[in-house]
Amino acid sequence: MTSNDKIIEIEVLRYRPEQDEKPFLQSFKVPFTDDQSVLQGVQYIKDYLDGSLSFRWSCRMAICGSCGMMINGVPKLSCKTFLREYYPGKITLEALKHFPIEKDLIIDLSDFINKLESIKPYIIPAAPRTLEQGEYLQTPRQLDRIAQFSSCINCMLCYAACPQYGLKPDYLGPAAITLLHRYNEDNRDAAKAERMQLLNAHEGVWGCTLVGYCSDVCPKDVDPAAAINRNKLNSTMDYFLRFVAPRGGN
Amino acid sequence: MWLFRCAYDARIPGRPRHIINNQAVVRNGKSGEKLRVETIKADIVIVGGGGAGLRAAIAAAESDTGQSIALVSKVYPMRSHTVAAEGGAAAVTQPQDDLEYHFNDTVAGGDWLCEQDVVEYFVAHAREELVQMEHWGCPWNRKEDGHVNVRAFGGMKIERTWFAADKTGFHMLHTLFQTSIKYPLIKRFDEYFCVDIVVEDGRAQGVVVIEIATGRICFIQARAVVLATGGAARVFRENTNGGIVTGDGMALAYRQGVALRDMEFMQYHPTCMPGTGLLFTEACRGEGGYLINKDGYRFLQDYGLGPPSDEPRNKFMELGPRDRVSQAIWHEKQKGRTIDHPHGQVVHLDMRHLGEKKLRERLPQIYELAEEFMGLDPAHEPIPVLPGAHYTMGGIETDGRTATSLPGLYAVGECASVGIHGANRLGSNSLVELCVFGRVAGDEASSYAKSARNSSTATLEKKADDICNRVRGLVNNANGKERIADIRNEMAKSMEEGCGIYRNAPVMQKTCDKLEELKQRYRSINIEDKSSAWNTEWLLAIELGYLLDVAQAVACSAINRKESRGSHQRLDGYEQRDDQNYLKHTLARYNSEGPPGIEYSKVKITKSEPGIRAYGEAGEKAEAERNKKKGAAHDK
Repeated sequence: MTSNDKIIEIEVLRYRPEQDEKPFLQSFKVPFTDDQSVLQGVQYIKDYLDGSLSFRWSCRMAICGSCGMMINGVPKLSCKTFLREYYPGKITLEALKHFPIEKDLIIDLSDFINKLESIKPYIIPAAPRTLEQGEYLQTPRQLDRIAQFSSCINCMLCYAACPQYGLKPDYLGPAAITLLHRYNEDNRDAAKAERMQLLNAHEGVWGCTLVGYCSDVCPKDVDPAAAINRNKLNSTMDYFLRFVAPRGGN
Repeated sequence: MWLFRCAYDARIPGRPRHIINNQAVVRNGKSGEKLRVETIKADIVIVGGGGAGLRAAIAAAESDTGQSIALVSKVYPMRSHTVAAEGGAAAVTQPQDDLEYHFNDTVAGGDWLCEQDVVEYFVAHAREELVQMEHWGCPWNRKEDGHVNVRAFGGMKIERTWFAADKTGFHMLHTLFQTSIKYPLIKRFDEYFCVDIVVEDGRAQGVVVIEIATGRICFIQARAVVLATGGAARVFRENTNGGIVTGDGMALAYRQGVALRDMEFMQYHPTCMPGTGLLFTEACRGEGGYLINKDGYRFLQDYGLGPPSDEPRNKFMELGPRDRVSQAIWHEKQKGRTIDHPHGQVVHLDMRHLGEKKLRERLPQIYELAEEFMGLDPAHEPIPVLPGAHYTMGGIETDGRTATSLPGLYAVGECASVGIHGANRLGSNSLVELCVFGRVAGDEASSYAKSARNSSTATLEKKADDICNRVRGLVNNANGKERIADIRNEMAKSMEEGCGIYRNAPVMQKTCDKLEELKQRYRSINIEDKSSAWNTEWLLAIELGYLLDVAQAVACSAINRKESRGSHQRLDGYEQRDDQNYLKHTLARYNSEGPPGIEYSKVKITKSEPGIRAYGEAGEKAEAERNKKKGAAHDK
């Protein structure tokens, strides 16, 4: 660090499960340059000011989905949020909202992992295809139907943004519904009927109250709100069709 | 305290919540009991949840329905660094292409340091593995008729790189992770950190891991161990890698006496973001991007890669192999033809002529990186780039079936040296490697585990206890003055100086000496955090130990190779390739007292005798001559 670096105040919500009753704010002064991210700011704290500060990170380029946190109250990826945007004000960092805190900025995301596992996030074909038969055909238009919804990096920002998830932790939530939609819309898959039952449930698509904040905070433009809303229509159709056909709208 | 996993839940203010671990873990320990490892039994344990580890796990789950697989990963699998691979995965696909061409591109691209029988197996199984990925849902880009599309890549004679926009690794990783959920035999240990392999009776019989969230140490007993922990480019300062890429598996196998092979061959990717080293995929050039110097001149034509043409031409100019392109950038800098940038001397990656529409469709991640991290619009401005450490060609020595010299221990993916990359990897060969050899590793580990027997659990637990005490002792005794970050930064800087794109003995020696010094200083590091739950400082300290061992293997392998080949280029009298003395693999052997022992082993040559490695016009000439010779031999 050179002497003409600017100094920014970073306040971090600390929670050390073995010693703290509840979380508390701790402030650090961090030198920075204009191209440095919030992640680099907390890395500086860990390396030089307080080695016990804990947070998840890896790729530094907004694709691994590890480093989400509340930055001045907004869920963001810290690797692609820059310190300069907040200077000369201070930055307050907290663990993502609506999740239990395991330590400092680290949340417990096992609830999401369980939900992800529950939606059968894999291709269930009508008839299995052998490798010798080569690839399934999928036109660019068919690919377009799933491309956006398959770009979710599981960063959990949408869950931190979703007021419904905050109130009703059983709600399947934006990323899981989006992934479910991605497999349902894939022309190689034939298990829509099985997955629709999850969506039709109260914890499924009907948990959403159309706030849309999930799509605002999504760092990859996945637009989970669009996936959820399309499935409200799908769910309604499926519900009525189940009266006439046992396997629903599929 | 550390036997529980406590979390603060704002929804129940003031009440820490005890989380019941959702994994099938048998708990032996009681609260308050003194440190004692608990034992979890599996048939096969795989360390690493990236592409190679997941593919191996699926293969093991499919090959023998009875066997349980413990998949250990220090991060949730979808965070693994496979996620950051951008460009694509190579397999012979078009009618005018041929397995022979992919073989030749790979072997010549590796400057003839490849195991040719292994390359032959690799190219023959590449396509079926990518089709398998397609069946599992990977969203490959398509042609209008619905078949998978391919793009051009460096050093490849025919377009054969399958791609999913410029997030191929991301899509492959998520596809594999999500598919793995189908198999109940795969039990994941997410956010468990591997600290050692348990070796007894001359065989690998399990691993010792830390459950990161609690700090509990567990012994996972298994009859076969697969390492799939990725590369080690974090030993360098300017690198494209995620923070987790710290050579863990390499160091673990190395300390158990397994050789690290060809570690001097470290790939510098030519187009990285100045300062952070973040990657701009080779697909930027595959799609038609230019590299230009400060005069706007496509300088690669001065380095045996020309002549230039407007449209991309396979194995010419910007589609040369990574070692040659990075070396050309280094020379431009010496000639003063690079551009000043706050983070060093750069050249420009110019994609303006491709237009916004094509860039957004084919290279959306690159567009995002340029816009958000650099504040520039690649459709209207060139991107400043410089080479950064990217890929570890060498690794844990294995045979062509991923077995190491230690019975029961397998290694696969970037952590391994199975023999396909030689002295320089071609872009888009490694994503396929994960699949082809991940599957092999899963199959081999299953069949080994079927017949192998474990030593008595008591014997193994005794070993595990010793490891546990050592690892826990690292925290308790780390009250020295040395700061982890200082040692890490000095190591990375020294590696860049000594083992960069061009090397010479005095500077390499300085790096070797520096590493020896840092290893001494490492013994008196300080760990402030003495807690158990999520003690990431403890993990950083362990990772730093891995990095230092691997760095030493790289530097000592490099100084001993007195020739120039592929990514290992010297400027001190060894500027030429020397097949007489160095057409062989380097084997670095761990030595706890000092620098590693260096040995050499034969390279398997089956059908491609070492020849002139050339690209551009010279490459076409060399190929024509090779074909003529071959034709003459056939006529005899």
